[in-house]
Amino acid sequence: MKDLIIRPERCLGCRSCEVACAVAHSESKNLFSAIGELPVPKKRIFLKYIPGLGFSQPITCRHCEDAPCASVCPTKALHLDENESIVIYNPDHCVDCWTCSTVCPRFVSLYHLILFMGCWTSSMTQNRGVISRQAQAGIKCDLCEGKILPACVEACPTHALTFSEVEELK
Amino acid sequence: MEQEIYEKSFDLATQTMLQKAREEGIETAWDRYEKQLPQCSFGQLGVCCRNCNMGPCRIDPFGEGADRGICGATADIIVARNLLRTIAAGAAAHSDHARDAVLTFKKMSEGEAGSYSIKDEAKLLSLASEYGISSEGKSLEEIAVKLADTLLLEFGKQDGHLLCTKRAPESRLKLWVELGIEPRGIDREIVECMHRTHMGVDNDAVHILLQGLRTGLSDGWGGSMIATDIQDILFGTPQPRRSTVNLGVLSRDKVNIIVHGHEPILSEMIVEAAEDPELLKLAKEMGATGINVAGICCTGNEALMRHGTPIAGTFLQQELAVITGAVEAIVVDVQCVMPSLGDLTGCYHTKFISTSPKADFPNTVRIEFHEDRAYETAKEIVKAAVENFPNRVLEKVTIPEEKQECMVGFSAEAILGALGGSPDPLIDAIKSGAIRGIGAVVGCNNVKVTHNYGHVNLVKELIKNNVLVVTTGCNAIACAEAGLLLPEASELAGEGLKAVCKALGIPPVLHMGSCVDISRILVLSSVLANRLGVDISDLPAAGAAPEWMSEKAVSIGAYVVSSGVFTVLGTIPAVLGSQAVTSLLTEGLNGVVGASFAVEPDPFRAADLMLEHIDGKRKALGLTLES
Repeated sequence: MKDLIIRPERCLGCRSCEVACAVAHSESKNLFSAIGELPVPKKRIFLKYIPGLGFSQPITCRHCEDAPCASVCPTKALHLDENESIVIYNPDHCVDCWTCSTVCPRFVSLYHLILFMGCWTSSMTQNRGVISRQAQAGIKCDLCEGKILPACVEACPTHALTFSEVEELK
Repeated sequence: MEQEIYEKSFDLATQTMLQKAREEGIETAWDRYEKQLPQCSFGQLGVCCRNCNMGPCRIDPFGEGADRGICGATADIIVARNLLRTIAAGAAAHSDHARDAVLTFKKMSEGEAGSYSIKDEAKLLSLASEYGISSEGKSLEEIAVKLADTLLLEFGKQDGHLLCTKRAPESRLKLWVELGIEPRGIDREIVECMHRTHMGVDNDAVHILLQGLRTGLSDGWGGSMIATDIQDILFGTPQPRRSTVNLGVLSRDKVNIIVHGHEPILSEMIVEAAEDPELLKLAKEMGATGINVAGICCTGNEALMRHGTPIAGTFLQQELAVITGAVEAIVVDVQCVMPSLGDLTGCYHTKFISTSPKADFPNTVRIEFHEDRAYETAKEIVKAAVENFPNRVLEKVTIPEEKQECMVGFSAEAILGALGGSPDPLIDAIKSGAIRGIGAVVGCNNVKVTHNYGHVNLVKELIKNNVLVVTTGCNAIACAEAGLLLPEASELAGEGLKAVCKALGIPPVLHMGSCVDISRILVLSSVLANRLGVDISDLPAAGAAPEWMSEKAVSIGAYVVSSGVFTVLGTIPAVLGSQAVTSLLTEGLNGVVGASFAVEPDPFRAADLMLEHIDGKRKALGLTLES
């Protein structure tokens, strides 16, 4: 299965992915027309600055049907809603254990980077922001169905976002 | 996804060379464009600000993120400031070119630039009298020194306003005074743009844009106009003549020298040196049958207009000329010269010779040019090219077949001359409806548009509808390549325009020169407006830049619209991130200067917009629409 994979070490924080995502989910699919549309086109990817790491990276949730993050979450801070279609996040229950990041294919490389950079402690407190941002979006990343590449991947000038087989990266 | 070659260019010679580039694995601007895609949305919308080091800041165009920069600047402020800086850069390029022309002129008058002389005495005298310089009892050189000093003052002027604007209709000048946009010193306007856009200075979009209009005017009615006038005195005012264009003008047997860039000061000397018997003899010794000088961009247009020197191509054909494998030297001065030529010439035998003290490039042979030994330097450059001829690799040479004849040299003076000395025949033709209106089509090439497709189709639509087209810059070269600069092209024109062209023996599309020569169009439109007793904004006329890309084009847009001419842009300027700025440029300006911009990438729809505008103006003047 192909998925959107984030390579955080390549992100320069330009927000091109955010704009491209909103345009891809607009009526006109054209930047210059999309900015005037109502309802305002909504993005499904969010650039998040992570102070512990000193850089930004894009966060996006596919709201997977089997939601591995929800199944491993020890406190059920992450759980599927009653229709089992959206991942819900309850910050009050989150204990910043980062277990979710180890199983989410989109985040596993961030998790590895955090380990590699030895900034585990300072990043611990940032888990809340990262996970809440992806879950709170509430709108599903649909991988831009019908396009060869998701718009965010196409727009990323440094290939911080790639579209590849999940297995390949493990 | 790579574009097909026919999607890249509309021109056959260009397509042939793109195919050669592909086969040889050579990269061109089109390949680099594809690698840039998709381009940054913030940049395209103009909502990115780098003017202070608290930033860079950008505004979320969808309203979820930041709606202002760190200093509090909104999208309106950021877009307006960025636009003002663009105008300043464009005005600076034209006006600094003009300054160099005047300095050369001054050195010549003082006897320090012996390679140059006064070629148009009548224009010198008329310009001197326009600037209030008495010529009584003075030699031509003395008048020239006085004139040069007066013109130099226009750049550094601290009090008062520019003098050239007096050529505009009185009502137009009065409007500029009332709006507070009558331009002052040329350098001053540009400096003020940089000051106003510094962190924490001018932060009202409308206020910022008014300075943009004033700076544009200091270019069109200042720098550019001075450049045209002085170059005419130094090198001759263009008169109708014939020449050829496109890559096919390169010669199989002769030494090919390309002059590329924007200034005629050096190329005039190169054209002369290429006829030097000593160098022609050397060329023979090297196995060539002669020396062939061909131009690209506006250096090319300047030489074409005055000497009929052939043109090898437009802006986007500069790399392709080298790719023919037949160019011994590409000699450049300033503006629109791609730095990619450095690496590219390394793949062929071509010498990339940079000459301007202001402009160096990677991998060039540097032969710096100074006016005091102009001809010697030109000879040195031509000699380097000639000596490079034996290095031409025959297996690598492909020169496209395509070359097209053209008729050029329509300065305002030449047009009035063709009309018998008075604008009346043209005015009568406009009044009768034989000529529906005048279209000024100018500007660059841009990889975002199929090369020459916008230029040629827009102009063809206009002449088909009896609009007489005046052209400069790369549009003029594109039209020449498409055969539109020939009297015979009147067959493509509507009946009314065709009859006028046939009677006068002129093409339906008149080549008025380089990009600084858009000032000739301003002068011509003033002559027409004055004769009709109206303002320029009342004329049945419209402008267009179908493939524009440079900052100079933005400055041109600012002064053309401020002069009262509705202008259609073929590529989208980086302003759409601000609704306030966009609506001001496309609508609001109408109530301020009597003209505005429109954006329309499709050349056929752009022509419709221009025709609609022209018809509206005809109606307002009480002229019938049908001939």
